Amino acid sequence: MFYREAGDFKTSYRDDNQTFPIRLDRAGYWIALFVAFCVIPFFVNDYWVNSIFAPFFIYAIAALGLNILTGYAGQVSLGTGGFMAVGAYACYKLMVAFPDVSIVFHVLIAGGITAAVGVAFGLPSLRIKGFYLAVATLAAQFFLVWLFNKVAWFYNYSASGQINAPERSVLGVVVTGPNTEAWAKYMICLVFLVVLAWVARNLTRGMTGRKWMGIRDMDIAAEIIGVNPLMAKMSAFAVSSFFVGVAGALFFAVYLGAAEAGESFGITKSFLVLFMIIIGGLGSIFGSFAGAAFMVLMPVILKNLLVGTLGWPTEIAAELEFIIVGGLIVIFLILEPHGLAQLWRLTKEKLRLWPFPH
Amino acid sequence: MPEQLLFAMEVTLNGLMAGVLYALVALGFVLIFKASGIFNFAQGMLVVFAAMTLVGVQTGQIPFAHLINTIFGTKIHHFGWTVPTIIAIIVAGAAMVLVAWIIEKYILQHLIGQPDIILFMATIGMWYFMHGFAPLMWGSEVMKLDVGLAQGINETIDTTTYGWFGYGFFIDNLDIVAAIVAALLVTALVLFSQYTKQGRALRAVADDHSAALSVGISLRFIWVLVWSIAGFVALVAGIMWGSKSGVQISLAEVALKALPVLMLGGFTSIPGAIIGGLIIGVGEQLFEFAIGPLVGGATQAWFAYVLALVFLIFRPQGLFGEKIIERV
Amino acid sequence: MTTDMNADSYVTEDGRTIGPVVMDLKNITLRFGGVVAIKDISFNIREGEIRAIIGPNGAGKSSMLNVISGFYKPQEGEVWFRGSKRPQMKPYQVAQQGLARTFQNIALFEGMTVLDNIMTGRLNKMNANLFQQAIWKGKAEKEELENREACEKVIDFLEIQHIRKTPVGRLPYGLKKRVELARALAAEPSLLLLDEPMAGMNVEEKEDMSRFILDMNDEFGTTIALIEHDMGVVMDLSDRVVVMDYGKKIGDGTPDEVRNNQDVIDAYLGVSHD
Repeated sequence: MFYREAGDFKTSYRDDNQTFPIRLDRAGYWIALFVAFCVIPFFVNDYWVNSIFAPFFIYAIAALGLNILTGYAGQVSLGTGGFMAVGAYACYKLMVAFPDVSIVFHVLIAGGITAAVGVAFGLPSLRIKGFYLAVATLAAQFFLVWLFNKVAWFYNYSASGQINAPERSVLGVVVTGPNTEAWAKYMICLVFLVVLAWVARNLTRGMTGRKWMGIRDMDIAAEIIGVNPLMAKMSAFAVSSFFVGVAGALFFAVYLGAAEAGESFGITKSFLVLFMIIIGGLGSIFGSFAGAAFMVLMPVILKNLLVGTLGWPTEIAAELEFIIVGGLIVIFLILEPHGLAQLWRLTKEKLRLWPFPH
Repeated sequence: MPEQLLFAMEVTLNGLMAGVLYALVALGFVLIFKASGIFNFAQGMLVVFAAMTLVGVQTGQIPFAHLINTIFGTKIHHFGWTVPTIIAIIVAGAAMVLVAWIIEKYILQHLIGQPDIILFMATIGMWYFMHGFAPLMWGSEVMKLDVGLAQGINETIDTTTYGWFGYGFFIDNLDIVAAIVAALLVTALVLFSQYTKQGRALRAVADDHSAALSVGISLRFIWVLVWSIAGFVALVAGIMWGSKSGVQISLAEVALKALPVLMLGGFTSIPGAIIGGLIIGVGEQLFEFAIGPLVGGATQAWFAYVLALVFLIFRPQGLFGEKIIERV
Repeated sequence: MTTDMNADSYVTEDGRTIGPVVMDLKNITLRFGGVVAIKDISFNIREGEIRAIIGPNGAGKSSMLNVISGFYKPQEGEVWFRGSKRPQMKPYQVAQQGLARTFQNIALFEGMTVLDNIMTGRLNKMNANLFQQAIWKGKAEKEELENREACEKVIDFLEIQHIRKTPVGRLPYGLKKRVELARALAAEPSLLLLDEPMAGMNVEEKEDMSRFILDMNDEFGTTIALIEHDMGVVMDLSDRVVVMDYGKKIGDGTPDEVRNNQDVIDAYLGVSHD
């Protein structure tokens, strides 16, 4: 019954515009940040970081990126895996070529390179729309993976065809390579996620976000009221690919440590991230987090339950995972096309009125 | 005649045959897209599922044996009988009708009126669902499919071409059968849609949903019908592909190549699907033959998609698609 | 000041000042394949006036509006805006010149709130770049707040304060029409095009809408060109009326002149066309 706006008067448009208009939400947000930065790092171990936190944070970045493109700007992409590969391989080449430069810059530049590649593959979106575009992005997916597999320059002619992350550190703390400590892995992913989520929020609440949503909701009308479709779509592809590229770079350098394009960044990855935003909620920052958390946790729980507790073969657990995820996608699209984020919003709306709903 | 040219001719012929297979999968897409406006991403998975069911029934496998064994600790796997091919095909066909009915009743019915892109994503969900369901039902090993189709090199073509050019073309008998079956299938479909009552209803629905409803055509029936036909086409495609390279789940990814075929041919055109399939089949073989060795090979992985992408930039509606007119 | 309508600027009976020509359409012809939608039409729109385009269904009115807003490119003829010939332009460039419009079938962004929809009307007034917007603090926020204030004025004016934060998809038809008008108005256009602003409304809603149109014209001096079917409304609101039939202009003048024009009467009452 403390969860409401009443009494929390907004006296300026700035206050009215804030991300969390309700006091309790604001408190919750700061507490979550505090716990994430100042409590969890002292308790995490390798298992938690490797199976939950690192993939969650990294996929959340990728999901934010795809959500900008698909959820906000309405351009469906099935090329996420390919773009993550661009980020990973760009980061690898940079790490090897400029060992003295901080890895933070490598990751950011890798994001920038991915943005450029994303724009190149996004250009057809000016002519083709909807699922035509979705199929066209498959071209990016298959071509990029092939490129990184076949052109030896990208993996520095290593015999295995793999790329391996050399050891690099930030502020004296090792963050890549086999000697990385759990908390360091955790922190670097968290910092990237928090900063990028903040950027995503800023972009989507302002005029850029409105242009994207205008293109999504009614592209012709948007153009007639003054949205330049070229700029709007290309900026969506650029920003989205930047996020996805950063996610790919972190996925390879910090999380996996070694990667091979076809295996780590295949079309399954594209689906996985797409499913995150469908289940989490298209066009929602919170939804990107919720979807990533769900898709990371679900297999872990399923595996623990079926394989760990019941002793079933992993094969069956994996097949059931496909069935559950596929089924959930269909169920969500039927029952709640706006995903977990909408369920959360509805709960909050109920809570706001509780205990007197009338 | 120079040797390179002969090789190229052989590659072209084989490409045409591969193209027929793409066209078969694409055909299922076109049928569904025309009748319901749904872009069925899961068509490739239907192909795999149909083929798996066929083999499973034929060899007398117990469905979900692996799961049952895990839960109850049993060790069952086969019924211990084999089913004659023709009956197995009928059973598999019936299974596809059942799948069509389930999809219509439990998915499409609830998504009526949603934007196309939502329906598209729902079919991706179906793809994923079946990706788990098919191996759960029939196991994840590669299944050998044999329905008694001729296989191996066609001796006649080999000797004839040898007599002409001094070089025998290697053409698989199975490819020839596939081409003939595809031709028969398309003819049957065209006859069906031109000369039967259901066929006319189907074309009416394809033209305008509401208008079709208003003259008393049952949309539900048509949708089940068209998904069943698509399932049947998938079964035929599954038999051809499966006979060639065995049945396994990764076949679905190859079948995704039907998508660029469609983009090339136009989503609403049956001739488009066929010609698109042939262009892509020949194109990717020739490209791999001519350029592949220079860039590391395996260009078939992306050639079809990139070709379709480049083509679409210049002609967004595809070769035979209807022109898209934008209005305010 | 004079009341002579042919002068460079004049004062109307109710005391509004009508200025020089803003938009001049010269011999516009628009074809779709073999169909001629607009045939050699010329007329102008003057600053500060309410200009109506009327005509039976299929007369080419909406096509005319689409030509003005740059969505259709006429095969022949010239569009002059503020004294200079308009080159080939994309619709968004036309909007940047100061044209805003509403649509016959409401074209709002259904996934956004009313406020966000209206804010899109301000997009040509905001120029923080992508990087500044990503940082938010500083230019982007300042711009956002300033333009919010401008939008709030429009919201007040059109009396839609209560639905500010409602997603547009949830609104009833009449309110949607009003929000669409608000979006166009927020752009502070030098020429506002309204495509059937009162279609499908009941009498009360029509009265409201007429009031808004008159007030806009009166208070902000907005030049308005509108298409409308309701003759009563058109005759009451507009300063000058263009009448179209089968893609041709059959009348042009004050409401009284048009009312007494024989061609117009024929077109509406139906006289065989041979």
